[in-house]
Amino acid sequence: MRQFFLFVMIIWVGVGCSPQPKEVNTFLPDQYPEKLSDWGVLLHAHQRLSPNQQVEVYQLNSTLFTDYAHKLRTIWLPEQSQMGYQVDEAFDFPVGAVISKTFYYPKHKEYTKENWVFQKTFDEQADFSSHGFSLDLNQVHLVETRLLVKQQHGWDVIAYHWQKDQQDAYREIAGDSFQATLIDTNGKKESFVYVAPDQNQCAGCHAPNHSSKKIQPIGPKARHLNTLVHRAMGEENQLMRWQRMGLLKNLPLMEYIPKNADETRPNEFKLSHRARSYLDINCGHCHNPDGPADTSGLFLDNQPYPLLQIGFCKPPIAAGKGSGGHRFDIVPGNAQESILVYRMATTDPGEMMPELGRSLVHQEGLALVTEWINQLEGRCD
Amino acid sequence: MKIPSIFLIFLLGLFTGCSDGLWSKKQGLTESDKAFEKLLIRQFIMAKPGDVIEIPEGTHYLSRSLTLNVDGVTIRGAGMDKSVLSFKHQIAGAEGLLVNASDFTMEDFAIEDSKGDAVKVNEAKNVIIRRIRTEWTNGPATKNGSYGLYPVQTENTLIEECVSIGASDAGIYVGQSKNVIVRKNHAEKNVAGIEVENTQGADVYDNVAINNTGGILVFNMPNLTLPGHSTRIYNNKVDANNHKNFGRKGTPVASIPAGSGIVINSNDKVEIFHNEITNNDTANIIVSSFYSTNYSEEAMDKSFDPYPEEIYIYGNHFEGGGASPDHLDMKAVKVALFGLNGRFPDILWDGYYNPEKVENGQMKLSDAICIDNGVAGIINLDAGNNFKNVTTDITPHQCHHNKLPPVQLAFLAGAG
Repeated sequence: MRQFFLFVMIIWVGVGCSPQPKEVNTFLPDQYPEKLSDWGVLLHAHQRLSPNQQVEVYQLNSTLFTDYAHKLRTIWLPEQSQMGYQVDEAFDFPVGAVISKTFYYPKHKEYTKENWVFQKTFDEQADFSSHGFSLDLNQVHLVETRLLVKQQHGWDVIAYHWQKDQQDAYREIAGDSFQATLIDTNGKKESFVYVAPDQNQCAGCHAPNHSSKKIQPIGPKARHLNTLVHRAMGEENQLMRWQRMGLLKNLPLMEYIPKNADETRPNEFKLSHRARSYLDINCGHCHNPDGPADTSGLFLDNQPYPLLQIGFCKPPIAAGKGSGGHRFDIVPGNAQESILVYRMATTDPGEMMPELGRSLVHQEGLALVTEWINQLEGRCD
Repeated sequence: MKIPSIFLIFLLGLFTGCSDGLWSKKQGLTESDKAFEKLLIRQFIMAKPGDVIEIPEGTHYLSRSLTLNVDGVTIRGAGMDKSVLSFKHQIAGAEGLLVNASDFTMEDFAIEDSKGDAVKVNEAKNVIIRRIRTEWTNGPATKNGSYGLYPVQTENTLIEECVSIGASDAGIYVGQSKNVIVRKNHAEKNVAGIEVENTQGADVYDNVAINNTGGILVFNMPNLTLPGHSTRIYNNKVDANNHKNFGRKGTPVASIPAGSGIVINSNDKVEIFHNEITNNDTANIIVSSFYSTNYSEEAMDKSFDPYPEEIYIYGNHFEGGGASPDHLDMKAVKVALFGLNGRFPDILWDGYYNPEKVENGQMKLSDAICIDNGVAGIINLDAGNNFKNVTTDITPHQCHHNKLPPVQLAFLAGAG
């Protein structure tokens, strides 16, 4: 009897959990697998989730806020292929490239399988073990893994939602939501509904040109990637590392590469650069002259626009009730009277900015933009 | 018997492995609502050109906005009072329905109580919005979503036989578009009933705008790439748009005085004819400049023209209105000039004109507000000079402009 059960178990394990592929697999658009594990980008074994050795983990200077989720980002390129450097746009990726972003939260001691209580922490490096970028699933709860896959026709977005048992993630095109709680280091609790976007909503952020509507990665741009990373060989510039590894071509001299402020080293950058970097990654993919939010005439990407177009003393166009009772996007010296700050500080879906991807206020981002506006000089009359 | 229990757990895992866990735990939605929502979102994602997505009869509660990115799709219900998408329990999404696609038709259903705009169509060609109702069912309130129907940066758009109620900004709002027809719609209890903004070529006719703060608006806003001109407003019924302004301060329509029939702000080449414009307590027609919205030049890009020019008003039927203007300064002017029981003339102009385009001390005739409307009069408030030379002299307005050509929507010919 006992042997029979053992036998069944082994069969089940054999069928249910297909062996972890050592290679990263690629698929044609109509053959995308239902399970994330089939891609082989992330390997799940012994209660750990680890990037395949062939994928490169990457980091960004400033990041897009998603309800305090932590993120593990990877890039995989087909053998012998390279990314092409671009100064402002996303790098030019070869067909076959797979970018992954895994959203997860560190578990709080109150976390149970039925009650998702997470820690509100900021240091993502602390999530990784000493040997590489492996996540301990006793310590973290996996939420989603989103893939961007470069095909002949351009980028495809594919979202996988991690199941409650955390064994694998399954494809979900229609989005979803769940209830969870965050507890910060002072014990303060915050309940929220985490909302995973549906596949059409992905384009809300990932189609920075609203005329072509082509999907683009947001993070892999020179100014976001131009940062120091710690790897086995020590500390090095991420772009130079990629050039050295043969992943990136046409990299110019460092002095010609734009660089956003590294949010983990605030003391090394000017306040205005930190604030503009934050707005760039959180708002610029829509608020640019070709983006879906060009209807507002407000541009928040990193380009050197006239002050009016960045929002200084600019009246809103179609903010509607999102104006919050204020007359200008940015009132220099007065964050509390600025629509920009109002829309970052609200969680009403009809008023908040960004429109998608958060149910909570990003207090640290809000504080940064508030501090920046409050020290600006000028008047709007 | 340790192993069998482990086996049971594995077995359980087998069955729950693909289940939702805590995902999908939504407030306010029943299981069948959730199933409907998922199915509908899937249809929007899987849609192919030529598809018709049907909204069945009944009220369907949704928690998240719908997004359509595929060209050539029709969304069709069983009638604006039969097929209802209710966003009362919405937790995410800035609109009820967001469309980023061309050759798009939506008809015969309703969108209720969205947290933001009910319908936004962003950058599209050949759009038909027909017999759609957008409504905030609690009645007018500042917390209501901003826009009912909001096509923006579109080319060739038809909005017809729709009903729009309770928007905290505009019920029907066409922005930054070219070639638009808005006809046979009903706009009620919005801050702005129908608004055409930064749009080139719009025909607005056979509509009813009643009990809004402002009935029909034609605006130009600064800091945008498309300066609006050439709008014809005719055969509309614009009655008693006296609703208290419930727009949120800062949004442009919040400056509209209650009791505004038709308002032109900073727009050019606007023709207003054969309308029935009645009982609008501030004025039946207001012609004004961006300066009257309390913004200075600092707020405008240099290319912006804040002066309304080539306005042509003729053959309208006016009745009542103008007896109880909304803003204090206008109230004072009204009482001073026309007495407690008097009324403003049918057409009220704030008096701003381009100082660089003057002829004989007046606005150039080719730019003038021309009026050919029987006994209907005009008052020039001279607001730019602190109401110093308020006048009701109609002589500078006895002129004519060339009539504008009708808007042609070529794509309709094949669609029938």
